[in-house]
Amino acid sequence: MNEDKVERRSFVKTLVGLVATAGAIPLLSTFDKIYASANDTENELIGGKRYGMGINIKSCIGCGRCVDACKRENNVPRDPYHFRTWVERYAILMSGETKVDSPNGGMEGFPAETSEGEILRSFFAPKLCNHCSNAPCVQVCPVGATYTTPDGVVLVDKDYCIGCRYCIQACPYGARFFDPATRTASKCTFCYHRLSKGLLPACVEVCPTQARIFGDTLARASQLTRFFRFNEIQVLKPDLNTRPQVFYAGLDGVVR
Amino acid sequence: MPDQIKRLLVVVSVLAILFVVARTFFIPEGFGKFGHYRAGSLDSIATLPVNYAGHTACLDCHSDVDQVKQNSYHRSVNCEACHGPGQKHIESMGDSVLAAPRDRDYCVLCHGYSSAKPTGFPQIDPIAHNPVKACITCHNPHAPDPPKIPGDCSACHAVITRTKALSPHALLECIQCHLTPEEHRVNPRAVKPGKPLVRGDCGICHAQEAPGDKSIPRIDFERHGDGFLCWNCHYPHNPESKKK
Repeated sequence: MNEDKVERRSFVKTLVGLVATAGAIPLLSTFDKIYASANDTENELIGGKRYGMGINIKSCIGCGRCVDACKRENNVPRDPYHFRTWVERYAILMSGETKVDSPNGGMEGFPAETSEGEILRSFFAPKLCNHCSNAPCVQVCPVGATYTTPDGVVLVDKDYCIGCRYCIQACPYGARFFDPATRTASKCTFCYHRLSKGLLPACVEVCPTQARIFGDTLARASQLTRFFRFNEIQVLKPDLNTRPQVFYAGLDGVVR
Repeated sequence: MPDQIKRLLVVVSVLAILFVVARTFFIPEGFGKFGHYRAGSLDSIATLPVNYAGHTACLDCHSDVDQVKQNSYHRSVNCEACHGPGQKHIESMGDSVLAAPRDRDYCVLCHGYSSAKPTGFPQIDPIAHNPVKACITCHNPHAPDPPKIPGDCSACHAVITRTKALSPHALLECIQCHLTPEEHRVNPRAVKPGKPLVRGDCGICHAQEAPGDKSIPRIDFERHGDGFLCWNCHYPHNPESKKK
């Protein structure tokens, strides 16, 4: 009776030991895989592409067609609080003060400048997600619902997002918002669904002055390469080391 | 091995098994294939429906309009910039009709005057420029050059005209300073009017010895302005508007 009990116990022990060891091996290897592939996207892009956008401040006329097209293409709520891209108007006054406005994201154009003082210079600055190579929003996502694709686009997996809003807080460019319909984070995707069909992002498609130029930043010859060749290029908040993939030409220092 | 260690080992290994089982259960399919995310998400985003068909899609049926547009100032404005998203129009073989904006408000989005717009971009003052009339009565949006040659400078340069009208230079004709070839009225960007180039051009009126009315302010061109050009400080369309 007693001998029987001991035998059963030792059998269970051996079994548990074996299963535990067998279980630990795949566990370790998955961690290894995740770590390796995270590094891949960082250094060596699988598709051999890295999408980026050039924005020429000197061409932008503030018509807001990009904002309108973006909302129609991506079913963004048509209220003045949710934008995947928007246009800001900067006015530097004679007093040195800088005024920034963006009524309804610039979607219905801009009203005449209010005479709060003589304007020294004034210009429009289109904004959108910068698709950072070193994206703070991707780093803070607790569940891996926001990520950088192999071709360098930062996307949100809305089926996996838990709606914690960490990424909205983390984005230094204010490019993310909480979609009231899906209750998840939402943002510019560079129109990833259009890229996959060989089309340009909707905002680039409708821009009447070609203030937005889209392409592969690694390409040897493209409109974007030409843009890089002939303009002085700036990115927003370079000091944050986010390495944005949206590049501005003719950017004024007051734009943040 | 002491008994308590053995029991501890059992507990730890049971927990480890639970962890592995829970992990395979909770982690969705394809997670970690490309990175720390669901691989399937890429596909579900990439296959979302498209609303804007793209600029080449229109050419299949509307190449005639494109021919007109290619030779006009609107050659680089894509169809969908004004007509809106066209994928439905294509899929329904034209049954779903696209919008064609006809009111002044729409053209003004691009062509209304704003100091923030780049210099040289054609802009009008919607209040002064042929009020109430729809833009398309004079301009064909696919080839927007006006059919009639504008008679007055103010037809295109409304804002400058208005600024000048309230300035000490109100009585000066534009051609006093801008020598304008007749061709400029037809081909405004190919043939440009002249501009004052040297200080002496302002000196025609404002030099000490210049002829003309006594009320014209005179300056000593040798000593005034440190050799800078006059328009580096004075805006010629509204000089000295504010007494400081």
